[in-house]
Amino acid sequence: MNGQAPEHLWLMIVVLAASAYLFKMFGLIVLGSRQLPKVFDRCLGLIPAALLAALVAKDTFSIGQSLVIDARVAGFAVAAIAAWRRAPLIVVVVLAAGATALVRAI
Amino acid sequence: MKRLLAPLSEPAVRRVVISSLTLGGAVGVFALSFGVASVSAGASVMQTCALSLFVFTGASQFSAMSVVGAGGSMAAAFGGAALLAARNFVYGLALSSSAKSMANSLPRRLFASHFVIDETTALALAQESPRLRKIAFWTTGIGLFSFWNLGTLIGALAGNAIDPQKFGLDIAFPAAFIVMLLPHLRTKLGRQAAMLGAALCLVSISFMPIGIPILIAATAVLVGLRK
Repeated sequence: MNGQAPEHLWLMIVVLAASAYLFKMFGLIVLGSRQLPKVFDRCLGLIPAALLAALVAKDTFSIGQSLVIDARVAGFAVAAIAAWRRAPLIVVVVLAAGATALVRAI
Repeated sequence: MKRLLAPLSEPAVRRVVISSLTLGGAVGVFALSFGVASVSAGASVMQTCALSLFVFTGASQFSAMSVVGAGGSMAAAFGGAALLAARNFVYGLALSSSAKSMANSLPRRLFASHFVIDETTALALAQESPRLRKIAFWTTGIGLFSFWNLGTLIGALAGNAIDPQKFGLDIAFPAAFIVMLLPHLRTKLGRQAAMLGAALCLVSISFMPIGIPILIAATAVLVGLRK
């Protein structure tokens, strides 16, 4: 987290907004009720599992291009347990942030 | 207004509206954490709000700003976010048979498209009649959109006012990702894709440009090719 305004962020936001809209619109209006091959459906449905897990791994165990183990691991562990126990998101984030801040302060 | 509220006297309609609004409130809390995380990753309050207003699909927004915050290129940030947005295409397909009853003209359907996301799809498809489906889609869509954007604004303003590192708020991204990930771990294929995705990402982090490991992780969906 560098805190300074990244270059071309506006451009990325505009392109992402257009793409997200086109995905939604294409399914709802253009392709209509045409049936897609089952296997295609299955692979698309797995995107969140693969990407969200990768994002968790990246945000917990890396800074830039280096793998690091730091205070965030404590936050990750607490978040995983809280989420698994079905705590509401706000509780998950507050507990995880608290654990991270605590370990960082020690 | 009276005409608009009249259907609420029906128990079935009331049930739909109550679950839509409950979901909206929960999502507003999610948006708070997006607002905080997004400004601490380097976006301005305006950029953060623009993401919620115009991209309006949570996982993609979180993913884009997580890559930007780590110092990844805009192309890499876009790539991962667009892949996550691709599932909205499947939701659109699932809703398309009810599209005509939910919005009875093309301009309305073009407007409705913006609201094709996880929650609207889930709630609309859970209804039995076309009429309830329409009510569920629109109350969830508009309610969620309002809560999502209000939460984002408040979160962004709050995130601007504090030092996120000091409060351990850099954990807000992974914590939100864990919550979003859990429902996908219910199936065996989902667990395999998640394990493989995380492994591919960690293995490639040290020698690939920032953000690209997320795209590499996407190849884990190929576990779906096997029956």
